[in-house]
Amino acid sequence: MKKIEVRNLTKVFGPSPKKGVSLLKEGKSKDAILKESGNTVGVNQATFDVNAGEFFVIMGLSGSGKSTLIRLVNRLIDPTSGSVLIDGEDITKMNTKSLIETRRAKLGMVFQRFALLPHRTIQKNVEYGLEIQGIDTKEREEKAKEAIHAVGLAGYENSYPEELSGGMQQRVGLARALATDSDILLMDEAFSALDPLIRKDMQDELLELQDKLNKTILFITHDLDEALKLGDRIAIMKDGAIVQIGTSEEIMREPANDYVASFVQDVDRSKVLVAENVMKKPDVVTSSKDGPRVAVRRMKEKGISSIFVVDRGNVLKGLLTIEDAVKAVDLDLTLDKYLRQDYRIAKKDTPLEELIPVAAETNYPIAVVENERLRGIIVRVSILSGLGLGKEVTNHSDKQLDEATPIEDPKLGGDET
Amino acid sequence: MNYFYLPLEEWTNDFVNDWLIPTLGPFFDAIGGMIGSLLEWINWILTVIPPEILTIIVVALAWYVAGKGVALFSLIGLLYLGSVDLWAEGMQTLAIIFVATFLSIVIGIPIGIWSAKSESVQRIVRPVLDFMQTLPSFVYLIPAILLFGLGGVPAVISTFVFATPPCVRLTNLGIRQVPGDVVEAARAFGSTSGQMLVKVQLPLALPTIMAGVNQTIMLALSMAVIAAMIGAPGLGSIVLSGISSVNVGLGLVGGLGIVVLAIILDRITQGLKPER
Repeated sequence: MKKIEVRNLTKVFGPSPKKGVSLLKEGKSKDAILKESGNTVGVNQATFDVNAGEFFVIMGLSGSGKSTLIRLVNRLIDPTSGSVLIDGEDITKMNTKSLIETRRAKLGMVFQRFALLPHRTIQKNVEYGLEIQGIDTKEREEKAKEAIHAVGLAGYENSYPEELSGGMQQRVGLARALATDSDILLMDEAFSALDPLIRKDMQDELLELQDKLNKTILFITHDLDEALKLGDRIAIMKDGAIVQIGTSEEIMREPANDYVASFVQDVDRSKVLVAENVMKKPDVVTSSKDGPRVAVRRMKEKGISSIFVVDRGNVLKGLLTIEDAVKAVDLDLTLDKYLRQDYRIAKKDTPLEELIPVAAETNYPIAVVENERLRGIIVRVSILSGLGLGKEVTNHSDKQLDEATPIEDPKLGGDET
Repeated sequence: MNYFYLPLEEWTNDFVNDWLIPTLGPFFDAIGGMIGSLLEWINWILTVIPPEILTIIVVALAWYVAGKGVALFSLIGLLYLGSVDLWAEGMQTLAIIFVATFLSIVIGIPIGIWSAKSESVQRIVRPVLDFMQTLPSFVYLIPAILLFGLGGVPAVISTFVFATPPCVRLTNLGIRQVPGDVVEAARAFGSTSGQMLVKVQLPLALPTIMAGVNQTIMLALSMAVIAAMIGAPGLGSIVLSGISSVNVGLGLVGGLGIVVLAIILDRITQGLKPER
């Protein structure tokens, strides 16, 4: 049985939305429409069904229109064209009264930023949906207690939202949606604001709850792993349009196009990442002003055994090891005599694949050089962490790396509001 | 620069004398009558309660909402009012302020809510408020006399004109500052716009609205001396007679009385903010 049917649902923001829709029907792209008419396409002719009891995940990066799409389903945003049928009734054609009735009876929602009422206790927050329906105090208190219990927050009824951690606040958000007993749960990046461990717990608990409650869930996320873990079926969105719908298996086995493939292929990172993505800001000694004592101190401070020497223009002069630097101090000589040239260099766009054997054979960091100037260094650790944890590379980046364009990583969609 | 003569003065006088007063005179009389009886009633309550009892009430209230320090200050302040023999005048001033503030709240908060909900209302309301706040108060003292005569009623009206803007502005601001995601959540669960207002927006805007009410009271007090010029009784008229007779002492005695009332009212209304 189909619970939600979305047909050609389109939202265009801007001065002339209707014109945007006709341009979309002509097959113009999002960018072309923005250029031509000044309209921004939020959602482009989305069509999909969600069956009763199904866990349906919509996955896309920020700006893909997924948050707009979920708000079109309960008409927090009015669509420009298309229809949304909830239990066969078109929500886009409803008057205010029946829209409110439908939201109360059928559509619970959980928000990325929890959106709890700060002036109400947990109990009163969970009761909110029932309270506005005019349900009497006793019944709504009971239902709210049940919902609070179901999400594991029993005992916190009289706390206020600000006293709770993010994970607990989102449990309240979930309880609020469960208390009204609506068949459909809309979850807008519900776990994206939580830290990874809590997020995993919440995912597990949601799946457990779903086994018991058998709701129809429409879940939005930018995290592919989350989508694969939770979704019975997954829709992948790009530029406002749905590019593929299928089960996790189907999407992984037969990606509809390169865009989807880029998400799901177990990408060999060593082919995708280049030197620039993993290099870090080098500690250097400037040959014209720093002497061997400065070099020794700097290496000691940083806990490194060799350091690159550059001139004032950042042109790479050579490498100085700690042994040579100490010798230079003892003999009171300048650095120039001790500079070594047996280090390896790489360009910014050298693929990691080529750097791995290099890193294995050299004892020194690899210098990333552009126009003879030192741009960064790569040590073995950064290659390994680049391979293993794509995220960490960009998180650990420092100034030098920030200028570099980070690689496209499907999990790095960022927060979308 | 006088390329042509703009007869604004004549127009205004003609408009007020030939149209406004004959046509709307009865209407203004009715309003004046209502405000007058409200004023008398409050004044009666404030004077019928013995000063000692009223002092105890105020001190207890101050203690409850704002703590020991404010309670002590209220006690000393009210003792001062009695000791300089200005208790009756102080109560007259208070009565005018209470009535004016009451009108400001009753009219200002709904307008503030309305302008928070509608951009076009806000576009109209904002310049009107600017006008009310910047127009020298002497300018509307004149029509206030014409329409309401001398005494407490025109004083209440002109105090109202001067003191209402912060109430409207801060109500508007408070409601607009309610986080968008909370409003969205309330909408998603099927709130009507009335439920949204009563259960979400007003409670969350309350601290800001209370700040507006506090400002309204402060501005109302600052009008006391000016209002005395159109015959408002109270501490303002003491200061005014101090000015006209170049009696520095009398001016100070009355002025300090106003300051005492201002501080007590300010601290108590600030203390009234909801705990959550």
